[in-house]
Amino acid sequence: MPDMNKQQREQLPTRSDEQPQSAIELPGMLLADEEGTTLEKRGAYSAPDARGPQDKPRGAWAEAWRELRNSPSFYVSGVLLLFLVFMAIFPGVFTNIDPRHCPILDTNQDPSGDHWFGTNVQGCDVYARTVYGARASIIVGVATTALIVVIGGLIGALSGYFGGWLDTILARITDIFFGIPLLLAALVFMSSVKDRTVWTVVAALGVFGWMQIARIMRGSVITVKKSDYVVAARALGAGTPRILGRHVLPNAIAPVIVVATISLGTFIATEATLSFLGIGLPPTEISWGADISSATTALRDSPYQLIFPSIFLSVTVFSFILLGDAVRDALDPKLR
Amino acid sequence: MTTIDTKNKPEGSGPAAAAPLLEVDNLHVEFRTRDGVAKAINGVSYDVSAGETLAVLGESGSGKSVTAQTIMGILDMPPGHITGGEIRFHGKDMLKMSKEERRKIRGQKISMIFQDALSALNPVYSVGFQLAEMFTVHRGMSKKDAKLKSIELMDQVRIPAAKDRVNDYPHQFSGGMRQRIMIAMALALDPELIIADEPTTALDVTVQAQVMDLLAELQRERNMGLILITHDLGVVADVADKIAVMYAGRIVEQAPVRELYRQPTHPYTKGLLESIPRLDHKGRELYAIKGLPPNLMRIPSGCAFNPRCPYAQDVCRSEIPPLHEISVGRGSACHFWETVMEGEVRG
Amino acid sequence: MGRYVVRRLLQMIPVFIGTTFLIYYMVYQLGGDPISAMFGDKGADPVFVRQMREEFHLNDPLIVQYWYYITDLLHGDFGTSFNGRPVADELKRAFPVSIRLAMIAFAIEVVVGVGLGLLSGLRRGKFVDTLVLAGTLVVISIPVFVLGTVAQFWLGSEWGIFEATATVGDATWSQLLLPGIVLGSLSLAFVARLTRTSVAENMRADYVRTATAKGLPRRRVVTRHLLRNSLIPVVTFLGADLGALMAGAIVTEGIFNVDGVGRLIYLAVTKHESSTVVGAVAALVMIYLVMNLIVDLLYAVLDPRIRYA
Repeated sequence: MPDMNKQQREQLPTRSDEQPQSAIELPGMLLADEEGTTLEKRGAYSAPDARGPQDKPRGAWAEAWRELRNSPSFYVSGVLLLFLVFMAIFPGVFTNIDPRHCPILDTNQDPSGDHWFGTNVQGCDVYARTVYGARASIIVGVATTALIVVIGGLIGALSGYFGGWLDTILARITDIFFGIPLLLAALVFMSSVKDRTVWTVVAALGVFGWMQIARIMRGSVITVKKSDYVVAARALGAGTPRILGRHVLPNAIAPVIVVATISLGTFIATEATLSFLGIGLPPTEISWGADISSATTALRDSPYQLIFPSIFLSVTVFSFILLGDAVRDALDPKLR
Repeated sequence: MTTIDTKNKPEGSGPAAAAPLLEVDNLHVEFRTRDGVAKAINGVSYDVSAGETLAVLGESGSGKSVTAQTIMGILDMPPGHITGGEIRFHGKDMLKMSKEERRKIRGQKISMIFQDALSALNPVYSVGFQLAEMFTVHRGMSKKDAKLKSIELMDQVRIPAAKDRVNDYPHQFSGGMRQRIMIAMALALDPELIIADEPTTALDVTVQAQVMDLLAELQRERNMGLILITHDLGVVADVADKIAVMYAGRIVEQAPVRELYRQPTHPYTKGLLESIPRLDHKGRELYAIKGLPPNLMRIPSGCAFNPRCPYAQDVCRSEIPPLHEISVGRGSACHFWETVMEGEVRG
Repeated sequence: MGRYVVRRLLQMIPVFIGTTFLIYYMVYQLGGDPISAMFGDKGADPVFVRQMREEFHLNDPLIVQYWYYITDLLHGDFGTSFNGRPVADELKRAFPVSIRLAMIAFAIEVVVGVGLGLLSGLRRGKFVDTLVLAGTLVVISIPVFVLGTVAQFWLGSEWGIFEATATVGDATWSQLLLPGIVLGSLSLAFVARLTRTSVAENMRADYVRTATAKGLPRRRVVTRHLLRNSLIPVVTFLGADLGALMAGAIVTEGIFNVDGVGRLIYLAVTKHESSTVVGAVAALVMIYLVMNLIVDLLYAVLDPRIRYA
């Protein structure tokens, strides 16, 4: 350590428990860098105080939207996601083969006119199973993301807004949950519960996946709280719920959206991993992860049953991450 | 539209008749961005001789810093593009030199002092390392010798206890001391020309004068050319020999320092002089040039200053005024420079 | 500095206790009765069950059980798995393999990740940059188990470029190469992107401009000034990632049959080997926390502006 007993100390950034281990977190972190995404920064060169905070987000949102419409990533991911969601809701539109109809005589067939993607070890149609598999993945992804936004948002907002001992306790709790990697925690959780359903997977991922949102939310809330118009609003006698609802949340929401979108992709991948390990979705559900797992046993005979669900899974994850990336770029002018 | 004023180049003056050290000749630079092309420099010409100080004055966005960066060869390209002109150093066009030739000029022949020393110095290396780098890289000195030289330099720019502080990091120095380190770094290899880009703007008022005096003194001692870029008329008066005033990427007025203060010949210069607060005019309303500097992507037609100019006529909106030669070393890019010259400076 | 380390160490205690308790709770409370789980459908001798319950304090409240467990743990006793082998022995056997695997993955992600990131950061907006961005996005999008399965089958079994599986017990370096690449691929993509962002940001920094203005050769500007500063956030990521790589090996080790901690945990989870699960996870958490502390301290070495309060 260099000698620090010199002048000019007060200018230095300090590193204490105010911002604890920044290190490894959800992969989303690196795609969405936390500080950059606050709408606050953009507001800097729009109208400053008097007209209140509503102008700020609106101007920034409008600009972000304009930016999004010029982004090819946004269109690519948007079209892919619309397609995948549509497939998840109406799988029957894409195929009239029953994914659970598995004639044992038809096992491990190569793609043909009858079976576009071939058949799997049990003789089920891989195309039908791939189409029907979208539903579980998307439900898990969307529901888990909703859950972490609620949990993380609440914890982050409370700890950022009230500070003090509440913040300290919540920060330690966040640290505790950060201490176990998501997949490991979810694995232990899933192996412990008695009945595995889609919702236990959602619970497993949600309970161990909210921390990053909480940190971002906390950071945003602190930034916004210190800004002039919130100080002004409080001076004018606005109550806590009003300040939180009207002033703080609209400004904090942008970075949360970015991280949530990217996390959605991560959750889908993690669910598939759990199912691949045989400890995710129950065998009654049609799941890409489980199908990929069963395909590994017949790789040499028919690799197609591995390839197709893998592609669909990867494209789904890709679409969400790409969307999150595009939204981040739109909201964060820093790296343009 | 950018060729009109080339025929009327300002004459290089300077105390000696010797060939100037550096001549910028009809330089054009533009920035091509997603949102359009910003014409940052539209035919700038000036020159500096050894021992001479040229002050380049202008608001931010006037192109004064971009010119300096182009001379140094540190312009970000892209988005910057040099679309015309020459920059001659000892009569040789630097824009035609190879990258390696230009690199050898940087730091050794021409060096630069930046505005904000805190961000201009690398935060993770000690100041000693950053000074010594000049000697180890350009002169091939050993680390030990280079360090001794660094301490010597720090002494020369009057940093107290240089020996003890050579291993300190930039953030451990005060603003004034940091700027002295920047000066030391610029002086390290005895350059012939120094470009100082707003060297005192980031400093406290009390420190500003000290740093400026130091710079002027060192320049005199070593007979260097100095290009002093600033937006502050007050800084200029004491140290500069001549002044070039820039507006929207052009030189609108050029003059020896005393003449410019006494009798400005461009409405913009006049406005700048009038907006300096003066003690003897206490109680009067402070003058301010109305309007805002132009958007470089949409520079007004004709004279770029016309929307803000109290003298503006129709001709100002249609014709770009060339730099009229008023006397030796004196020029004004105003259609009505004679009228402006006659009017006294209010303030 | 010394005080900071002490305080950070003290802060680690509640986090360590909290994390291990969380795992302990999940394994022993959510999981139902471990003794009956052990015997599965066969049913067990009631006398033996009673003995076992006594021995493992299973009749006490969970918090008391946890207290027994954590005090043993601090004495280096990770407990005994139900088949009678000390968990500590299992960990001692598994960790070296996982550490070796993590080192391979780490080396690859540092060299290739930083290299690609620097390249694309310097050529921002150019073809190489687009290629790296797209490539890393694809790697991030393909779940590791898909990548692992595909790589093992084609690169390993079919084309024989790499060895496809490891020998249980003593995996050689060459056997660990392909799993190392697969394990490191995700982090590699992040490192590349992080380096790129950092380089691109710092490229506009004033001090890089100063370095150029000093007439330093471009190579020196890039390595000594640009890269040196840009690596600060990357090193932070890398340090913590080394801890995470060990845990992330669950899938990779499973696919490639590498006999490390990841596989140990996976097998223990599926067999409800509770004490092994808790012990292994506790060890991983410990590594993770220590790595985080080291990274934090490393930060000060890399960035002299950081001061520890």
